[in-house]
Amino acid sequence: MQLARVIGTVVSTVKNDLLRGRKLLVIQPLDRFLKDAGKTLVALDSVGAGEGEIVIWCRGKESSFPFTPDEVPTDCTITGIVDRVNTI
Amino acid sequence: MILARVVGNVVATHKNDRYEGGRLLIVQPIDLSGQDEGGELLALDSVDAGAGETVVVVREGWSASTASTGKAGAAIDAAIIGVVDSIKIDREL
Repeated sequence: MQLARVIGTVVSTVKNDLLRGRKLLVIQPLDRFLKDAGKTLVALDSVGAGEGEIVIWCRGKESSFPFTPDEVPTDCTITGIVDRVNTI
Repeated sequence: MILARVVGNVVATHKNDRYEGGRLLIVQPIDLSGQDEGGELLALDSVDAGAGETVVVVREGWSASTASTGKAGAAIDAAIIGVVDSIKIDREL
């Protein structure tokens, strides 16, 4: 998984049926100091994340598991909303 | 798997239920001489790794999910599966 900030929303009316009713958010991956770390991505929300929030996202096949039994097409899903990041 | 150093952790009360009870640690991948190598990532801990320790991280979903939650099928793509005591290399770094 990785950290990211939700920086926007993608509105898409013509899309895969299994994406109906699900939010597509634009995320900026972050490092532990909340600095930009990598390219922005479109992520599927599974926890009700809002714009500006720091979130946790999962990539790959596993990112479709929050939606089972639906076989939702996603390789990037938001799976948590961060309260605090502790660094040493 | 990769070698990494534990550099922090993340607290998140509102999260995927399969993360419940797990420790979400921030790890920085390192090379054999301990230098940072590549971007950091979050991994669920399954061996009580401590801050600053060098660990072995698996980055494949089925293994990560079973190692950290006991069952496959969770939205987990990385898990710490070992704490490193030492590394022996037979060639000059």
